[in-house]
Amino acid sequence: MADLALSFSRRPVAMRHPSVVIFIGALALFTIAVTILAEGFGIGVISNSFVKTLGKTLCLCLVALAMDLVWGYTGILSLGHMAFFGIGGYAIGMWLMYARTETIVVQSLASAPLPPTPQEISDGIATQIFGVVGASEFPPIWAFAHSLPLQLAAVVLVPGLLALIFGWLAFRSRVTGVYLSILTQALTLALSLYLFQNDSGLRGNNGLSGLQNLPGLDDVPQSTVSMWFFWASAIALGTAYLLCTWLVSGKFGSVLRAIRDDETRVRFLGYSVEAYKLFIFTFTAIIAGIAGAIYYPQAGIVNPAELAPIASIYLAVWVAIGGRGRLYGAVIGAALVSLLSTWFTGGQAPNIRLGGYVISWVDWWTVLLGLSFVCVTLFAPRGIGGLFDHLAKLRSPKRRGAPLGPDAGALREKEADQ
Amino acid sequence: MVAALRVVLACVMLVLPLPMLAQDTGAPIQRLLQEHGDVIVKSSRKTIQPAIDALAASGLPEARDVLNRWREKEMWVNKDTGTFVFAEKAPEKQLLLFDVAGSAEIGLAEAKAYRQLKPNSGIRGLISAALVQFQLSDPSPAFRLAALNAIERDPDASHLSALRAVMDSETQPSLKVRIARLERLLTIQFDQDDSARIAAIEGFQGDLGVDLRAVLSPLVVTKIDAAETLPDGALVVEVGTDSLPTAAAYDMLVAKDLAAPHVTSDALRAALIENIDGTTVAGVQVATLNTDEARLKAYAELAREGTVPPVISNSDVLQTLEQFVFFQTFIGAPPAVALAAQAALLDIETKLALSQTADLALDALSLASIYFLAAIGLAITFGVMGVINMAHGEFIMMGAYTGYVVQLFVPDHTLSILLAIPLAFAVTFSAGVAMERLVIRWLYNRPLETLLATFGVSIALQQIAKNIFGTQARPLTSPDWLDGSWVINDVISISYIRIAIFVLALLFLALFLFVMNRTRLGLEVRAVTQNPRMAASMGINPDKINMLTFGFGSGIAGIAGVAIGLYAKVTSEMGTDYIVQSFMTVVVGGVGNIWGTLLGASMVGVLQKGIEWFNPSNTLAAQTYMILFIILFIQFRPRGIIALKGRAAEA
Amino acid sequence: MKKSFMGIAAGLLLSSTVPGMANDCPIKVGVLHSLSGTMAISETTLKDTMEMLVEQQNAAGGVLGCELEAVVVDPASDWPLFAEKARELLTVHEVDVIFGNWTSVSRKSVLPVIEELNGLLFYPVQYEGEESSKNVFYTGAAPNQQAIPATDYFLEELGVEKFALLGTDYVYPRTTNNILESYLKDKGIAAEDIFVNYTPFGHSDWSKIVADVVALGADGKKVGVISTINGDANVGFYKELAAAGISADDIPVVAFSVGEEELAGLDTSNLVGHLAAWNYFQSAESEANEAWVAAWKERMGEDRVTNDPMEAHYIGFNMWVNAATEAGTTDVDAVRTAMYGQEFPNLTGGTAVMLPNHHLAKPVLIGEIQEDGQFDIISQTEEVPGDAWTDFLPESAVLKSDWAELGCGMFNTETNTCVQIKSNY
Repeated sequence: MADLALSFSRRPVAMRHPSVVIFIGALALFTIAVTILAEGFGIGVISNSFVKTLGKTLCLCLVALAMDLVWGYTGILSLGHMAFFGIGGYAIGMWLMYARTETIVVQSLASAPLPPTPQEISDGIATQIFGVVGASEFPPIWAFAHSLPLQLAAVVLVPGLLALIFGWLAFRSRVTGVYLSILTQALTLALSLYLFQNDSGLRGNNGLSGLQNLPGLDDVPQSTVSMWFFWASAIALGTAYLLCTWLVSGKFGSVLRAIRDDETRVRFLGYSVEAYKLFIFTFTAIIAGIAGAIYYPQAGIVNPAELAPIASIYLAVWVAIGGRGRLYGAVIGAALVSLLSTWFTGGQAPNIRLGGYVISWVDWWTVLLGLSFVCVTLFAPRGIGGLFDHLAKLRSPKRRGAPLGPDAGALREKEADQ
Repeated sequence: MVAALRVVLACVMLVLPLPMLAQDTGAPIQRLLQEHGDVIVKSSRKTIQPAIDALAASGLPEARDVLNRWREKEMWVNKDTGTFVFAEKAPEKQLLLFDVAGSAEIGLAEAKAYRQLKPNSGIRGLISAALVQFQLSDPSPAFRLAALNAIERDPDASHLSALRAVMDSETQPSLKVRIARLERLLTIQFDQDDSARIAAIEGFQGDLGVDLRAVLSPLVVTKIDAAETLPDGALVVEVGTDSLPTAAAYDMLVAKDLAAPHVTSDALRAALIENIDGTTVAGVQVATLNTDEARLKAYAELAREGTVPPVISNSDVLQTLEQFVFFQTFIGAPPAVALAAQAALLDIETKLALSQTADLALDALSLASIYFLAAIGLAITFGVMGVINMAHGEFIMMGAYTGYVVQLFVPDHTLSILLAIPLAFAVTFSAGVAMERLVIRWLYNRPLETLLATFGVSIALQQIAKNIFGTQARPLTSPDWLDGSWVINDVISISYIRIAIFVLALLFLALFLFVMNRTRLGLEVRAVTQNPRMAASMGINPDKINMLTFGFGSGIAGIAGVAIGLYAKVTSEMGTDYIVQSFMTVVVGGVGNIWGTLLGASMVGVLQKGIEWFNPSNTLAAQTYMILFIILFIQFRPRGIIALKGRAAEA
Repeated sequence: MKKSFMGIAAGLLLSSTVPGMANDCPIKVGVLHSLSGTMAISETTLKDTMEMLVEQQNAAGGVLGCELEAVVVDPASDWPLFAEKARELLTVHEVDVIFGNWTSVSRKSVLPVIEELNGLLFYPVQYEGEESSKNVFYTGAAPNQQAIPATDYFLEELGVEKFALLGTDYVYPRTTNNILESYLKDKGIAAEDIFVNYTPFGHSDWSKIVADVVALGADGKKVGVISTINGDANVGFYKELAAAGISADDIPVVAFSVGEEELAGLDTSNLVGHLAAWNYFQSAESEANEAWVAAWKERMGEDRVTNDPMEAHYIGFNMWVNAATEAGTTDVDAVRTAMYGQEFPNLTGGTAVMLPNHHLAKPVLIGEIQEDGQFDIISQTEEVPGDAWTDFLPESAVLKSDWAELGCGMFNTETNTCVQIKSNY
């Protein structure tokens, strides 16, 4: 990784990227507005459940950011980043469940005639947590669940290590393109099947639940807790956005884009393509893990269905609709599509009457989403981000009819201009 | 009593113009039923035997008919009077009644006044066993067969003599063989003469039947027991071996009251709690008892005081065990018979293991052919054309639903399947062509985007199927001649439907090879995939060829869908079950080579069954480990088992 | 106008201290069933059931002088979404009661929200027990109302000596099989005579498992299968069973998750005689049931069937109506108190009683599958009181739930303490 050169340009990042200022400003405004309008610390116009939805949406934007980095900038279509997202949720969920249950067990054992032994406490917690899946012993995977710092480390380390090992194997043997996509999808499937098993020790299909109740903070109302997590999500998104912008703006970013456009050429130029790819794959996996760790305490439950391959595909859909190769595009895509999904499947959208047949959005939203995705790929590969290009009056490079390369959606015009 | 009842009934009937008159409540069979009325109505296998025995042994001419119709749930009982009748449901909540004696029609009655007797399958088995004596010598072979089935399910000692009585007079060859076999099986179980039993056991040399093993296994059951001295003829069992671990041996002594029980941690805790004296137990502060060691210490103190039994240590256990001998005895049969049975079982053990392996291999083969069938369409679209079609699974689903829809209109299953196969091909072929024209051809140079766009199509198609057919599984019924399975012996068997899928997979393989290697289309396809510009300049229309190839691959997926729907289920999500595995199959085998796909499918099938065999209680684990294995495999052979070399590999 | 006046009057008359009174007409009934995704097939039926019940009740004059309004949301078979939608129902729509959920995991997802916001949930599906929430009424069967009687039936009536417990790998089969294993061992069945297997959702390759089950018969003991296989996977399972030529007389199968709806996706001619255990079958003979089936068919079409969870909603909804009427308010705490001891006639005859542990006392029925996809009821017990904590697992045997007297859903009878007021999720 020695040649990972990150260039520091003389002009500040914000100057070169006005979109950063706009984005951070918008995020800050949005956060303040929600704070004022919400129940926790404000006037209570926005319901608590909507605050949670917004907080979760910010986390989804965060993981979409990671996806954009790995796909839009580096050209690795990973169909496994939602798996890392889920792992992050599991890592934090284990501590949340353990600690909350421990409080309950210690309280209930306190009135027993004999003071409880550590073994009895541990057994009690295990019975509470695993009773529903027919077990009463802690599987080894829970060895660190009692400690918040260790589980927080796991949020970063487990997805990171998994991505590192998988990426090392895959990139080393030059698995690229669609093969890599299929392989990442297989990894996701294997992970979700593994978690589905009861024997995996993570409560099988039930997953970890009750995560919205923070241990020891029973007296704090949920409206406050949701605001905390909303802020955390906003801060995480803002920080990650800055970090990602910095990463893709220098020489490092140029190499990434070059790898996307022609991997072989970059290799012949003497860059260690594998090291770059491995770094970006692992880095984004960690971002995804962190996003998951903030997301699931808001969702309340994490289970294997969250890691299903389809979730990762939707992630790609968001980024594609938002516009690849533009960080703001990923955020816009994730926010727009996931909120629209919630709205359409929530039954709030009015049904459309077509003669004798009633189009119910609950039924037809997925069809619409699938088809619109086909259309975006075919007719507007730049997605919503393309609109901004248009607004910013980015010039098209004069290629004299030469093909745009394998990835028509990327922000190549602007980059060619730089 | 009965007479009085009859008078009363007669009076009632005079008043009410009901056609009840005809029933002979005094008939012997009715009286017999009434006598056992309570247990018959209660209808529990545990208590019913006397009633069945009484009927079977009554010698009444109607007994057989009553037993038969009782079993068929045609007997009803009057809720008030308790009289039994045969009845058929008639319109307007009425019943058409018949007399149990003589089956004469009585007339219509309100269904509300009667209760249907519904013997459960346990009772039905007992009735069938009782009917054996009537049926075994029945002129109709169907009844004799029913009798043999009944004996097989619920054999008892009385059947042995019955069987022997009809053994020689049986004329039907197939029945004769079954009678002979059953007679020998029953001899092993019930004959009084040990040498006859041994002879029967030895007569079965090398037979693998589950029924035989079911008869032999109970004979060789042993029981391990303990005593201070070894009884005659008993086999000594060493303590501490696999057959008798030390803990189990000690538990056995405890159960027989020959040793003091272990103090469990629960008992220890309970004892401590019981002996709390203010804030201390045996002089130890209660508050300090928060570790196991502290508790043990306090308990030992209590034991020393004599308030509680002492903790049994390991040396105590060993010491106690030394005072006894452990031995096993046969409890299922006299030793001579048991040894013969044991020898017979040992004899077939190897053969059994071989058969089980063969059965597993058949299963693996069958699974491989299913994967191959699901993947062969992909082998064309992905393998030959290099197009990633994530909607491939949905084409399989479309084929299956086509089969379902055809069955809605054509009730004959054979005809409907014959119709469904070309129709499924036509439907998915058109869908494939449409997709190629509308979506894929714009994206030929952008594989990642093809992947995503076809995903879009996939989720849309899935949801459309849900909207049309609902989320519930739809039936796709196989024709009668595909029902059942091909039984080689009691261990090795495979259902015909799986054989059909296997044959279909082979046919597809042949078709693929033929089309690709022997037809003009195949030549042009190969030309276009290798070099489209060159092919175009040779007068081939690449657009048309691409369209046809894609349609062909999709069409085959449709036919595969019909086959898969026949063996499993038809749901809108069935495609997703196969898509990842199908891609795996193609990638593992080596893209662009049909033999590779075949090898890939075989590897995946064998692997999955192999892992399942190691861990039979968790099928999910097998799937997980298989996928992990494939991921690793691809790392080390990225181009699959059969890698294309040279220029073709770069295409 | 008149109605709202009456509502206000009733509100003023009955109580002035309880907020959330009946005076805010209409009374909102939340319906939390998936209308899309994998569970839609089962749950949509229940949504339709609830709409029908609400309509019937409105036709009969509503509750407390108010019209009822069903608020339907779609959690889309997405478990976290269940929690989100439940919060939405309680805080945005301010419903007075929720009828919903099917899977255990969705219930576990909703529990913390319902308890936090003090909502009221009626859960209509048979489940694994080991839970008793202050805010949930379980109108489906607990294991002792379905699994245990069915096992007894196997042991006593069919003389089964060897058990194959086949299930889909999730919490309900896991816990149920765990309880059954322990129960069977109590009954003297040796551990090696119990074969347990778990398969994934939608499993289709059953040949080896069916062969394994047949091979169990090799030691001469009668084999029976207790199936907790869920949903689509049943199709492949029963097809393989039929292909292997296993009749119900050889190896009987009793299923806990196969009802009239599930059989609609199958050709039942080969399955005649196999069993299912429920608290309700469409074929039950009673006048109430006839009217219920007729109303359902009239509304939904002739080919639709009724099933057990529908009856659970029928009982639950009517009990809630009666309790609210008795309490004079829809306030959750008042209704909950009024719920205890509520009686309502079952559709199968007899009376269901709501117990202080939030479970029902209901009869257990065992039916044999018939050619026409219906069940022939061959055994019906007396009302069995639902048991939140099973007696057959050592950790649970000491626990007891009694919200009326003890005010605790997880009371340890050994230490006489309440383990926790909230439920375990």
